[in-house]
Amino acid sequence: MAQATIEPAAIELIGINKSFGAVRANRDINLEIARGTIHGIVGENGAGKSTLMSILYGFYQADSGEIRVGGKPASIKTPNDAIALGIGMVHQHFMLVDNFTVLENIILGAESDALLKRSIAKARSELDRLEREYGLEVEPDAIIEELPVGLQQRVEILKALYRGAEILILDEPTGVLTPAEADHLFRILRQLKDQGKTVVLITHKLREIMAITDTVSVMRQGTMVATRETAKTTVEELAELMVGRRVLLRVEKGEAEAGGVKLAVKNLTVRDSRGVTMVDDISFDIRAGEIVGIAGVAGNGQSELLEAISGIRHAVSGSVMLDGKPIDLTGKADPGELRDRGLAHVPEDRHHVGLVLAFEENENSILGYHDDPRYLKGPFLNVDAIMADARDKIEKYDIRPGNPRLKTANFSGGNQQKIVLAREIEQDPGVLIVGQPTRGVDVGAIEFIHKRLIAMRDQGKAVLVVSVELDEIRSLSDRILVMFAGRIVGERGPEATEGELGLLMAGVEQEAAA
Amino acid sequence: MDIFNAIIQVLDSTIRLSVPLLLACLAGLYSERAGIFDIGLEGKMLVGAFAGAAAASVFHSAFIGLGMAILISVAFAMVHGFASITHRGNQIVSGVAINFVAAGSTIILGQAWFQQGGRTPALQPGERFEAIIWPGADAARQVPIIGPIYAELISGHSILVYFAFAMVPFTWWVLYRTRFGLRLRAVGENPAAVDTAGISVAWLRYRALMCTGILTGVAGAYLSMVQNGGFVKDMTAGKGYIALAALIFAKWKPVNAMFACLLFGFLDAASIRLQGTPLPIVGKVSVQFMQALPYILTVILLAGFIGKAIPPRAGGVPYVKER
Repeated sequence: MAQATIEPAAIELIGINKSFGAVRANRDINLEIARGTIHGIVGENGAGKSTLMSILYGFYQADSGEIRVGGKPASIKTPNDAIALGIGMVHQHFMLVDNFTVLENIILGAESDALLKRSIAKARSELDRLEREYGLEVEPDAIIEELPVGLQQRVEILKALYRGAEILILDEPTGVLTPAEADHLFRILRQLKDQGKTVVLITHKLREIMAITDTVSVMRQGTMVATRETAKTTVEELAELMVGRRVLLRVEKGEAEAGGVKLAVKNLTVRDSRGVTMVDDISFDIRAGEIVGIAGVAGNGQSELLEAISGIRHAVSGSVMLDGKPIDLTGKADPGELRDRGLAHVPEDRHHVGLVLAFEENENSILGYHDDPRYLKGPFLNVDAIMADARDKIEKYDIRPGNPRLKTANFSGGNQQKIVLAREIEQDPGVLIVGQPTRGVDVGAIEFIHKRLIAMRDQGKAVLVVSVELDEIRSLSDRILVMFAGRIVGERGPEATEGELGLLMAGVEQEAAA
Repeated sequence: MDIFNAIIQVLDSTIRLSVPLLLACLAGLYSERAGIFDIGLEGKMLVGAFAGAAAASVFHSAFIGLGMAILISVAFAMVHGFASITHRGNQIVSGVAINFVAAGSTIILGQAWFQQGGRTPALQPGERFEAIIWPGADAARQVPIIGPIYAELISGHSILVYFAFAMVPFTWWVLYRTRFGLRLRAVGENPAAVDTAGISVAWLRYRALMCTGILTGVAGAYLSMVQNGGFVKDMTAGKGYIALAALIFAKWKPVNAMFACLLFGFLDAASIRLQGTPLPIVGKVSVQFMQALPYILTVILLAGFIGKAIPPRAGGVPYVKER
């Protein structure tokens, strides 16, 4: 067995079980992670990855099983125990106090002194050392909420390092990052690895696994189904292990048969609440039977463009014609009227705009169309009709769990997105506008959503897709428009290479032309 | 000189009237900054006032009275904590319940123990906190302008008045200069961040409520043992609510809280002073209007003049570990 010459694993999990009520989140999990490596854990939402890591971080207690850290059995009852063992965690939703400074957040809970002045002075010099050692520059006195998401994440990493973390767990770290920020994160992680730290990366994005990890474990429905060396596996194999069946990562589609113009955007200019021009004199058409994709790094005006077209944001100038008739761009348009005219909108932010999370599934599945006579009985809601309609959508869109009375917050991200898509697509709109169709959505559900969107196109609908996922844009679109700094800087066909689009997205060509 | 004296008098009573507001407001600041809404300031002040006066009268000691006021008030704060922290109950409901229990129990116990219609016996000298005359105050009175200011405004208050104003910089220091303050502010903004940093959210919030209880206890003691010579039923008369309004008006900051409470105290003092006095232009104003004035101004100020008040983000939300 293990000889003294073999270095003990950084983390060893043996027979971990954890249930929440009737749900068995983790079943008999065994996992060994070697020191100084980057280990990926993949799985769909709800596969039990986050639960497993929360057990390791002392946030939850395992029902049974053993944890060994550095070869020694460890009892981790609170995050404090984990921190003492050199385990640090970067949570999916950052555990930062938004109106505190970077330094205040870093020392919170690890203050060296009862008085802040001394704690902060000590942290400042320590932070300076960490920043230089790992290339993690952050302004120590900046307020968290004023920092971009990528830097906030860096603060989370620094927080863990400040507490002396040797093992760093990152839970879905790239979900909120732009591609450039994600690349930067990966550089940081490699550097940490080179310094001998162990990194555990939880994600459902397979490309990231392939790009950065040394070994990868796959979880499905609470069990650990496989562990592979990254170099010896493929995206296809991992996807199949995750979902339990073969998955098409790139949806097959035929040639588009574009018809007449359905939506015409002309010289549209939109400013945000601070008066900054976010959409700058943009013009484009979408024809029936085609999918137009808008690519771009987040924050280059795509959100504002979507909001203006769907009538919920005021446009300074320009026009948007739906079937030849103008849309009210004063920001006071009645979204109900636009729906009647056949414009459906799947908003980027399903949690705040697309759904009322506290409502039941069936309520969300008619929201916005609730005054349609189909769902009414006189002045009252026709509950039977609504439930029948919800069940119908659940079946058609494979929404799980298939219970229309369940609170929407209890569905996974992918299923929530399906609820929104089912609601909008089933109204049979002429034009469908979709923002970030698969943000936070599982591989299996991505395939489904992409197929649905292509089916819409094949029925002769006009579809506009805005996404920061370049793969998605290339896989879905018949035409790709690239947005940079509020302008459309290029139009390409679906055959455009990633590099070509990447340069456009970074505004490189524009600068060369200027 | 008449007007000057009148002004000094109004300012002097402004200070006296602000003190219970200020103590209650700072009390609310500790709990709300930790993410616990506390509508029960009123009730805790009331039980503090009753316990203080009752104990002072029975044991013939102002300090025993004060200690009892703090003890009972902290006990009520812990009930609020038990309901809203440990059992994650609704903080508003718990606070309202405390107010009702306080209003009822003080009268019942007062009647049962002292048989004076819910009052406590009038406090004798030594059972009350007396005014502290600063050295040279009487002599200084003759000096124009500065003299009366020193003698009336600075000197001649009870120790609790000085305590209340000393609590302003102290609270600021605790909040912004100590580890406890950092954690307290953090738990009111994002308790999950505190939890993952390895600090107990519940214990931290309980400690914040202890601070609240101590201060409302002192506020109650001030009402029954300084402003009044004994406990009278419902003697807080809505001061706990005005203190909450002042807290919002002050945007949950200690120094602002002092100015907000001084403003409300001034309105109160002015309304008393101006009762029955003819004013230029409008003439004689009815007593009722003058009494209502502080409340009317409160509504107006809160509605329009303070800009956006951003409460602590986790305020009112019981902390539950996410599944």
